[in-house]
Amino acid sequence: MNGTTTTSLPRRSFGETMRADVWWTQPLLVFIGLSIFIIYSTWAAFQSENYFSGNYISPFYSPEIFGDSPHSWLGRKPTWWPGWLLFSPALLVLWAPAGFRVTCYYYRGAYYKAFWADPPACTVGEPRKSYWGERSFPLIMQNVHRYFLYLALVFLIILSIDVWKALWFSDGFGIGIGTIVLAINVVLLSGYTFGCHSLRHLAGGFLDQFSRSPACYRAYTCVTCFNQRHMLWAWLSLFWVGFADLYVRLCAMGIWHDFRIV
Amino acid sequence: MTATFKIWRGDAKGGEFRDYTTEVAEGMVVLDAVHDIQRTQAPDLACRWNCKAGKCGSCSAEVNGIPKLMCMTRLSELPLERPVTVEPMKAFPILKDLVTEVSWNFRVKKQIKPFKPRPPDAPDGTWRMQQDDIDRVQEFRKCIECFLCQDVCHVLRDHQMHEKFIGPRFLIHVAALEMHPLDTEDRIEELRNTQGIGYCNITKCCTKVCPESIQITDNGIIPLKERVVDNFYDPLGWIWKGLKKLLTH
Repeated sequence: MNGTTTTSLPRRSFGETMRADVWWTQPLLVFIGLSIFIIYSTWAAFQSENYFSGNYISPFYSPEIFGDSPHSWLGRKPTWWPGWLLFSPALLVLWAPAGFRVTCYYYRGAYYKAFWADPPACTVGEPRKSYWGERSFPLIMQNVHRYFLYLALVFLIILSIDVWKALWFSDGFGIGIGTIVLAINVVLLSGYTFGCHSLRHLAGGFLDQFSRSPACYRAYTCVTCFNQRHMLWAWLSLFWVGFADLYVRLCAMGIWHDFRIV
Repeated sequence: MTATFKIWRGDAKGGEFRDYTTEVAEGMVVLDAVHDIQRTQAPDLACRWNCKAGKCGSCSAEVNGIPKLMCMTRLSELPLERPVTVEPMKAFPILKDLVTEVSWNFRVKKQIKPFKPRPPDAPDGTWRMQQDDIDRVQEFRKCIECFLCQDVCHVLRDHQMHEKFIGPRFLIHVAALEMHPLDTEDRIEELRNTQGIGYCNITKCCTKVCPESIQITDNGIIPLKERVVDNFYDPLGWIWKGLKKLLTH
């Protein structure tokens, strides 16, 4: 864009900066937080056991398309499933919410900094000289985000049905701690999904004249409201979905005992 | 009370940081201290400034490594027990000391398709707009062109991709035009192909340094990225639009 030589002060090396504050705190916290979640969720997804406890099912395993629990939609693992291929009900579904988070605009900015140091923090020197951005493969694939959004919306419905099922125990209607844990999970995931930048665009952001589509404008305003706290919703929902799995898992293992409130 | 300022002195050929100690008082901003140093110790210190009120965007520099307007950076917000570093912006060529050559920005601006309104709504040649329609772009009009966002953007600052990327300031300018309720021009193809919106990797550094608190990333760049997706990466959207067109005709 309009050739001007822009050599100024020498390029700074990795981590070099004149910043006097503790700039590395935020990327470090993001790195630790996301690493813990990735390690735990991967471990949990491969367990293929202790993912349900009575009427509760872990959100990592829902919807259970094939599986051994009474929550399974299509019964046990299919006979045609190749023997050499590892099977877990979570692996059939977890790619969708994972894809939604990986391509999320907030997480992208966060993990480019924390995991790829691109840049490590604002005005801090980078480790690489080359830069492709999101223009070429593989990062051009981030543009698929809205498709993962569509799937995430379907998952919200399924997880809401799980909460409904969590209200019905073998002796009838009731509310347990597990019911509340799963309900909070849906609330937090909804807050995160309804604040999605792609949803904001699809709800009305694509318009130049809001006044011609008042319904779209109302939807846009509503999504904008959630979007302003998108980072907060992202972290709260990430933590809670992991905790919901842990709760159900520990109940299934008999380590924790679900307390019935009603 | 005194404070030490480590100010970068030099030109395009090279330079160094020099220490200046000066008296500071309550209510002072970095620009006041720089002016004091200029007046008492370094009359040849070059520094661009104008309004001293955070509205002209002239006194952009890096204070303790963070792009800031010197006139809006209070000394009471800085740790004065250590020397305060003051440097020129990194994304642009240095002219002298704290003054950089920012004309690249104006040349980029000229290449953006200008405002092209629809035909007037009334016989007297005027238009009618709803406040709801114009609210969104009014935020972008707050820009004072201080170029701090261009300076902090690592694509320009570290990777020097001025040939391929127009930077956050001009993405906001494009957003102001593209989302304007009267505008009829289409800038999406250039945005993707020559203006390099795909180089933005959403670090939000531009938003953090904006003295006008414009939500550059969330309200400007990401919505533009979504419009690029509409045009280039969303086959389902194309089918949906085609069906809608078919049904309305």
